[in-house]
Amino acid sequence: MREMIKMVVVLTVLCSFSGGLLAALRDGTKERIEVQQLEFIKGPAIRKILEGASNDPIKDRFKIKIGETEKTFFVGLFDGKANTVVYEASGKGFGGDIGMMIGVNLADDKIAGVGVTTHSETPGIGAKAQTDPKFAKQFKGLMLTEEVKVKADGGKIDAMSGATVTSKGVTAAVTEAGKFYKEIKPQLAEKAKSFQK
Amino acid sequence: MAKTLTQEFVKGLWAEIPPFRLVLGLCPILAVSKTVENAVGMGIAVIFVLVCSNILVAALRKIIPSKVRIACFIIVIATFVIVVELLMQAYTYPLFLKLGIFIPLIVVNCIPLGRAEAFAYKNGIAASAADGLGLGIGYAMSLTVLSSIREVFGNGTFLGATVFGPSFQPFKFMVEAPGAFVCLGLMLCIMNAMGKK
Repeated sequence: MREMIKMVVVLTVLCSFSGGLLAALRDGTKERIEVQQLEFIKGPAIRKILEGASNDPIKDRFKIKIGETEKTFFVGLFDGKANTVVYEASGKGFGGDIGMMIGVNLADDKIAGVGVTTHSETPGIGAKAQTDPKFAKQFKGLMLTEEVKVKADGGKIDAMSGATVTSKGVTAAVTEAGKFYKEIKPQLAEKAKSFQK
Repeated sequence: MAKTLTQEFVKGLWAEIPPFRLVLGLCPILAVSKTVENAVGMGIAVIFVLVCSNILVAALRKIIPSKVRIACFIIVIATFVIVVELLMQAYTYPLFLKLGIFIPLIVVNCIPLGRAEAFAYKNGIAASAADGLGLGIGYAMSLTVLSSIREVFGNGTFLGATVFGPSFQPFKFMVEAPGAFVCLGLMLCIMNAMGKK
């Protein structure tokens, strides 16, 4: 009986000690990890979309709460005007969710660029959505307020060969981002202005 | 105590070098030894976990009831592994992305558990620390040697710097999984031949 109690006590103490330590450490590193994730996962796509911006878009970011979720927006300054905003969207791909960054010009509602951040598509086929600049380039200049579709569905985007599902996932993500954009545009424009220098 | 601290330390470097003599921890060694950078990062993580868990297990060895010792070891090891994982995410994020699942897998890696069971549970704190440090460094060394061979021949680079001239045709087989097995087998073979004298 005494051995039983000892076992329970030792395990309980050990577990709570370990739990406490890890919780404290997690709290301590949370902010840094968030910054690192921004920098290394979303960072490359954001910087690519906002190429030539005079500010650091990763630093100039703000959050808007929509319903339950909070979305982060990254601002790009061109010619001293905070007119381009990049934010996250996601679509269903062939192997899972495709995470994307979508940039939009607030002045004319045109897409400034898109970039895939996370995906689980087939390497060499669907994964090209992230690496092939030709595919991403097609989105530039399209109206974000209109539905974006692949050519087979009557749209303007050339689907990547062999990766129709991925291509449609990307266009769906962009379309979704467009619907969302229409809803919050006034809010966006106002917030982005505060970053103008 | 029969053996001195130096002996406990040195045995990990040659006589009981983990992947070759104990043939433990092979799963990460095959996966992570593609490039020297990954191998060194993994090696440092293992050294940290091994030393810390050995010290803690040795310190608690009189309190831990023998019936639940494995559970206690796992708690101790898992705690330190998560510490490493969080620190890596916070400070060396690109390395964390490359090592990925193999950091959490140190928990079920046989080396820390094997040392806790076979050594730290029966020996003092100082001896256990020396044992952990020796084996950890031995493991890191083996990883570095194996990854150097694979990276130099398979990719023509060492730590990312080109070794051979432009005419060098990379021996791609070496960076693939079978190359790891063959390379590891050859190293084991050499080590055994040398030990037989």
